[in-house]
Amino acid sequence: MTMAVERWTAQSRAGVGGAALVLGALALAPMLIGPGIVDRLTALFIYVILAAMWNALAGYCGLVSIGQQLFFGLGAYATIRIAFAGVDPFLAMILGAVAVGVLAWPVSLFMLRLKGGEFSIGMWVLASIGQLCVKLDPMIQGETGSSLISLNAYGADLRRNLIYWGALAAMTCLLAALFALLRSREGLAIQAIRDNEEAATSLGVRPERTKRRLFVLAAFGIALAGALWLAQAVSFQPKSYFSVQWTAYMIFMVLVGGIGRFEGAILGAVLFFAVETFFAATGVWYLIGLGATAIVFSLYFPRGLWGAVAARTGVQLLPLGYRATNTET
Amino acid sequence: MIGQIIQAVLLGGYYALTAAGLTFMLQVMRVINLAHGSLSIAFAYAVYTLAFRYHINPFLGLLMVLPVAAAVGWALQRLLLERAARGGELLPILSTFGLAIVLDNVMFQIFGANAKGLAQFLGDLSFAAYELPGKLYVGKLPVWILAAAVCVLGGLHLMLTRTGLGRRIRATAMDPVTAGLVGVDARQSAAIAAAIAMMMVAMSGVALGFRTVFDAYAGGPQLLFAFEATIIGGARSLWGVFVGAMVLAFAQTGAAMLHPQAFLLGGHVMFLVVLFARLALGQGSLGTRLRQVVRGA
Repeated sequence: MTMAVERWTAQSRAGVGGAALVLGALALAPMLIGPGIVDRLTALFIYVILAAMWNALAGYCGLVSIGQQLFFGLGAYATIRIAFAGVDPFLAMILGAVAVGVLAWPVSLFMLRLKGGEFSIGMWVLASIGQLCVKLDPMIQGETGSSLISLNAYGADLRRNLIYWGALAAMTCLLAALFALLRSREGLAIQAIRDNEEAATSLGVRPERTKRRLFVLAAFGIALAGALWLAQAVSFQPKSYFSVQWTAYMIFMVLVGGIGRFEGAILGAVLFFAVETFFAATGVWYLIGLGATAIVFSLYFPRGLWGAVAARTGVQLLPLGYRATNTET
Repeated sequence: MIGQIIQAVLLGGYYALTAAGLTFMLQVMRVINLAHGSLSIAFAYAVYTLAFRYHINPFLGLLMVLPVAAAVGWALQRLLLERAARGGELLPILSTFGLAIVLDNVMFQIFGANAKGLAQFLGDLSFAAYELPGKLYVGKLPVWILAAAVCVLGGLHLMLTRTGLGRRIRATAMDPVTAGLVGVDARQSAAIAAAIAMMMVAMSGVALGFRTVFDAYAGGPQLLFAFEATIIGGARSLWGVFVGAMVLAFAQTGAAMLHPQAFLLGGHVMFLVVLFARLALGQGSLGTRLRQVVRGA
C-alpha cells in the first residue's frame, strides 16, 4: 500500500475556484442589485471579517478574547480622528486600522502572557479602558459621539458602492492573509500547539511569534471592520462601538460555524447574517437566542457545524494542513 | 479626605464580597465564571421582586433567595460547568459568557431599562448613619456590607481549614482524580462548592442593590470589579481577595479625586499595573499560583 501526502485535492481546488468565482460575482453585484441589498451585503462582509479574526485567536491560538470590541471601537475612533484632520475618509479608514494594528503590537507583548480566563477578562478590561479614554477626547463629546461628516463629499450611490467594494476587498485580503499565515510553517506549528501543546513543544515548536502575528492581524482586521461599520453607519457613539455585544456576535458566529475551522467562521458569519435578517426585529429575544445557542453549541457541538460536516465527509475546501491518502486500491 | 478614605474602605467591602464568590469558584473549579456579575444582578432582581410585589423585607428576601442560589450553583456546576470543563479550557469561558448574555437580556425583557434599587424598601435604614468623632457620618448599610464581607471570608476560611467538607473541597481543588482515589466524591464536592459560591454571589447582588441602583446590564461591570479585586489580591488566599478589593477601591477613589471621570479608569489601570508587575517578577501564571495556594492552605 502506498500513501500520498497531499495538500490540494480535487475538492479543495474546486473550493478555491468556487470562492474566486463567488468573489468575482460579488464584485460585479452592485451593477445588478438594489441599494438595500448592497448595504446588507456590506454588513455580511464585515461579519465575515469579525468571525474570521476572532477565530484566528480562539481557533488557532486557544485565546478566547472577550475584548475584541476594543479594536472595533478604536478602528472607528481612529478613522474619525484622522478624517477630522482633513484626510480623505476612505484613506482615513485604512490609516486608522493600521494605527490600531501598530498599537496592538505592544499590547500583545503584555496580553499574550496571560492564559485562559485571565486573558479573556483582561482583554475586556482593556476594552473598557479604551472606551473610557475615547470618551475623554473632547471631539467625541462623551456619550453623544461624533460622525464621519467628510463622507458627505461623496454622492450617496458612489459612497455606498465604494464602501461595499472596500468591505469586499478588506474581507478578501484579510482572509487571504490569514490563510497564508496559517499555511506557513509557523501556522502549521501553531495548529499543532492547539491540537496538543505538550507533544508540539517537545518537537521544538515555539508559538509566541505566530501568536503575536495573529493577535496583530486580528486587531488590524477588526479595526478595519469597525472603520467600515462607521462608514456605513456614519455616526459614532463610544457605547455602541465598544459594546461587548460585538464579541458576543463573534463568539456566536465562530461557535456555530466551527471553532478552529477556516471555512467554519465564514459559514458562521453567513448563518448569523441570515438569523439577523429574520430575527433582529425581535430585539431582546434575538439576543437571548444568540446566547442560548452559544451555550448549546459549546456544551453539545463544540466542533460547530463545519466541524461536524468535515468530520463526517472529510470535505476540506480551503486546505490548511496536509492529508495522507491511500493511492492504491 | 478622611471621609473619602472611609468611603473607599466601605466600597472595598462590597468588592471583597463580590470577589469572594468568583475567587472561590476559580480556586475550586479552576473556572472563571463569566456569568458571575449577571447572576448577582439576577439575585438582586429576585429580592427586588419579593420586596416590590409581596412587601417582603429585603433582608428576609435574601434569606429566602439563598437556598435558591445554592440550588442554582449546584445546577450550574452539574449541568454546565462540569460538561464544559471536560471539553478543555475554552468551553467554560464560552458557555458562561453565553449564559451571561441570556441572563442580561432576559432580565432586560422582564424588568425593562429603568434602574432599580433595594434601599427604598428599607425605610429609614437606607439613610441611617453612624456618627464618628469629628462630625463624620458613615452610612449604616455600607458598614454592614463590609462586616458581611469579613464574616463571609472568615467563615469560608474556617470552613475550608477546619471541617471535613473543607478538606474534601480543598482535595478536589488540588487534584480531582487523586481525591477520588482516597474516597472523596469530587463531583459532589465541586457541586457543593459551587452552591456555596452562588450564595456569596446572591449576597453581593443584594449588597449592590443596597449601595446603589442597578439595571439588567450591570452584570458586566460587576464581573470586571470582582475579577480585578481577585487578580490584584493575587488570588493567593481569601484574605488576598480582601486586600485586592481594598486596593481596587482606593485606586478608584483616588483617581476620582484627580479627575471626576477617572473613577473606573483608576481601577482598571491599577489592575493592569499589578498584573504586569507580577508577570515581570515571574511568579508564573495565575493557575500555578492557585494550585500552590490550595496545597498550602
